[in-house]
Amino acid sequence: MQKYSVFSLVKNAFTNHENWEVAWKDPEPKKEYDVIIVGGGGHGLATAYYLAKEHGITNVAILEKGWIGGGNVGRNTTILRSNYMFDSNAHFYEFGMKLWETLSQELNYNVMYSPRGIINLAHSDAQMNAYARRGNSMRLNGIDAILLGRDDLKKMIPFADFSETCRFPIHGGLMQPRGGTARHDAVAWGYARQADSMGVDIIQNCEVTGFDVNNGKIEGVQTSRGNIKTKKVGLCVAGSTTLLADMLNMRLPIEAHVLQACVSEPVKPLLHNVVTFGAGHFYCSQSDKGEMVMGGDLDGYNSYAQRGNMPMIQHVLTGGLAVFPNFSRLKMLRTWGGIMDMSMDGSPIIDKTHIEGVYLNCGWCYGGFKATPSSGFVFAHTIAQDQVHELNSDFNLERFHTGKIIDEKGVGPKPWIG
Amino acid sequence: MLEIKCPYCGKRSQNEFSYGGDATIKRPQLGDEISTEDWDNFVYYRDNPRGKHSELWHHVSGCRQWFKVSRDTATHEIFDTCKMNEDFNV
Repeated sequence: MQKYSVFSLVKNAFTNHENWEVAWKDPEPKKEYDVIIVGGGGHGLATAYYLAKEHGITNVAILEKGWIGGGNVGRNTTILRSNYMFDSNAHFYEFGMKLWETLSQELNYNVMYSPRGIINLAHSDAQMNAYARRGNSMRLNGIDAILLGRDDLKKMIPFADFSETCRFPIHGGLMQPRGGTARHDAVAWGYARQADSMGVDIIQNCEVTGFDVNNGKIEGVQTSRGNIKTKKVGLCVAGSTTLLADMLNMRLPIEAHVLQACVSEPVKPLLHNVVTFGAGHFYCSQSDKGEMVMGGDLDGYNSYAQRGNMPMIQHVLTGGLAVFPNFSRLKMLRTWGGIMDMSMDGSPIIDKTHIEGVYLNCGWCYGGFKATPSSGFVFAHTIAQDQVHELNSDFNLERFHTGKIIDEKGVGPKPWIG
Repeated sequence: MLEIKCPYCGKRSQNEFSYGGDATIKRPQLGDEISTEDWDNFVYYRDNPRGKHSELWHHVSGCRQWFKVSRDTATHEIFDTCKMNEDFNV
């Protein structure tokens, strides 16, 4: 594989950049693989990469219905954080943060990790208490957290509405300084390029249409490009998980919902952190191009359409204007939607299934992007060793039976409310 | 914008409604022998179809009645709506 560096950039400049190697190949599917990953998104690509790198399993295929990185890894708002209170989440996402910090070097691909800090605004004394508690929990788990006062925030986001008569005055906030953003497409492409270089076949335009299961064991996968034999299949298809689970007669504690995001026209540097509004659903960061990247709530009804409706955009931006009134003069550039695999407790499922050789990675709700490296790492372990990693041992399917759910938000099994 | 036909008020904008989830799940009958699997299925497990979906909506900013909607989760097309004690015609 060609190494990307300033020298290779200069060298290729002499030939008008016409001789770069392809970043990943476009192979025909083989008859058989050791492991098949369904879904060429961030998690699927990362899983294949860690299978090859950590476990030496390189006879791997990634089957992608469309093109790699065309789903939620290309549709999210690029936020990275590990500001969770519950131990299971805190340890898992903090492990991911450590991977993010060195990911560009590891992949030899600039994922533009930007630890610009994520700030959750608080708008009441009670919310400040809750944030202090969460911040303390984070610090006990070795995660960075700072409780900010109103005066600290006035220096950091002076253009926010700091008037005392507004409906939701800013009391303070909780900040995770190492949180931030990364270039989402680069994450998919970086993992794809490295996985490909280690022998993984990335097979696009290849839809899975069925599974060959015999005596409770997986034997192969039926696809739009023919049948492929395998002993292990990992499902990394986010919003489409139920559609594949139906083919395996598996019923899941998951609902598909559409989540929208939007960006404004690009403007000069203004917002230097990721900021979330604490009295409604709105969060925002400024991309390197200058666009305000904004998101908020689910549309609020089951949906497999990768597009939403205007009422929720209006609702989210109303919240946005309450905290940043000067955004009212921004023009909207575009909006889009993605399908969230909303689990019933808001936490992911990374587990084995009742079928030998079928592994499940789903239930990411609206937090899947930041988990890309850690999800890939533990899922690769789960597949390679046929047993869960300690970091995903709590993210099991069994919890919906035992009651040991991980309901960080405390909203109960009503995904559209969270 | 969805246009939802409330069985009591007629067609109204989506803004007036709130969602209540899958209309096909039923709470286990009181007095019956109920297994933990029955409770799991009632509380957590959903069919989550891509296509026709029966669901509950609440005309919260209108007549405040709950009712059923048959809607396509892939296209958002609404086929039919009916009262809670009725069945869909389509």
